[in-house]
Amino acid sequence: MLELLKNLASWLTSPAQWSGPEGIAARILEHLEYSVLATLAAAVIALPVGLLIGHTGRGAFLAVNLSSFGRALPTVGLVTLVFLAGGLSVWPVYVSLVALAVPVIITNTYAGMAAVDPEVKDAAKGVGLRGRQVLWQVELPLALPLIMTGVRLATVQVVATATIAAYVSFGGLGRYVFDGLAQRDLVQVLGGAALVAVLAVVADLALGGLTRLLFRGRPATAR
Amino acid sequence: MTIEWGWFPDHADEMAELTADHLATAVPAVLLGLLIALPLAVLAHRVRPLRGFVLGASNILYTIPSLAFFVLLLPVTGLTRTTAIVGLTAYTLVVLVRNTVEGLDAVPVKVREASTAMGTGPLRTLLTVELPLALPVIMAGVRVATVMSISLVSVASYIGYGGLGQLFTDGFQRNYPTPVISGVALTLLLALVADALLVTVQWLCTPWRRGTSRQRTSLWRKAA
Repeated sequence: MLELLKNLASWLTSPAQWSGPEGIAARILEHLEYSVLATLAAAVIALPVGLLIGHTGRGAFLAVNLSSFGRALPTVGLVTLVFLAGGLSVWPVYVSLVALAVPVIITNTYAGMAAVDPEVKDAAKGVGLRGRQVLWQVELPLALPLIMTGVRLATVQVVATATIAAYVSFGGLGRYVFDGLAQRDLVQVLGGAALVAVLAVVADLALGGLTRLLFRGRPATAR
Repeated sequence: MTIEWGWFPDHADEMAELTADHLATAVPAVLLGLLIALPLAVLAHRVRPLRGFVLGASNILYTIPSLAFFVLLLPVTGLTRTTAIVGLTAYTLVVLVRNTVEGLDAVPVKVREASTAMGTGPLRTLLTVELPLALPVIMAGVRVATVMSISLVSVASYIGYGGLGQLFTDGFQRNYPTPVISGVALTLLLALVADALLVTVQWLCTPWRRGTSRQRTSLWRKAA
């Protein structure tokens, strides 16, 4: 076990391992590219839907069941399926990661909107705000902490799951895990896994810091 | 992409076997998760200084990718079902611990005080008053943990214990979509049925909460 940790440390710290197109630095960049683009795409799709459902109260059933469905959908199966349907391209990676993130963001956005006190909304209407103004000036700011929680959760899941890119031969940090598994090279597998875990934690902390920055001086409703 | 419908009846036995295999990994993981999460959550609920630590630790477990998790366990537990179960258990912890703490937090202090005033000890108050009242929120966590575990079992197919996930690797290697489709569909179905079963169990366990639909929505919000 100690031997393994020593080998792992030297794998992670060897300069040769970090440079070049197959190096750790390049793999981290690939991993980040998939994760960031997928999360952004998911946010662009999910945020308006979640806000609309929360604001109108229509489709709440959908918002609520979508999260359950999203959690039940096996990502490995999805990536395999899209790969077999569409052939070798980076699409299966993005489709699967977006499908993973969208339900999380929609459900949390809806939950944030639904948690806004109806009396607050009535008061906003009472002082003369119109529907859209209520959404942008009252509901959205109040729901934002929970919305950010959703984005954070989705990001962590996407970063952690982006290892599947390597499954359909598109690099990222999953490459080390899959190559290591195929070559029975445990050090490489552990190295890749550790890097993904660190990346996920860092992404989570970064978004957490951003959230705190956004809500400085506000009551702590964000969890 | 064409589906060969004839494949399904031919492989009914295999599918049944893989489904049973799938459950044999997912169900123990959730049960083990509950066994660990309940005492941890009670501890986090009662001993305030431990709260942040317990919740933070279970959160970090969640950020480790599932594939990496199974792999990280390999040196310890080897290529066995235990590896898959332990990995999944770690995943269930974040949901189970958080929901149990939240459920216990939501029990009004007055209820606990009333129970104490009637001469009930702390352990009995916990078992007969607090936990039953927290049950809906705890069960919401159990449902999420169960659905998540059922979906994640397939990742364990890389170490040979993936249940229905075996169909994904099979289809991928042979460039043959039909088993993959059946694997995805069966996983979804399994998760759906397990979720429905848990709803029924919860309904049976909390006779005092039957009726209104308002609590159902609030429950769902917790689950989200």
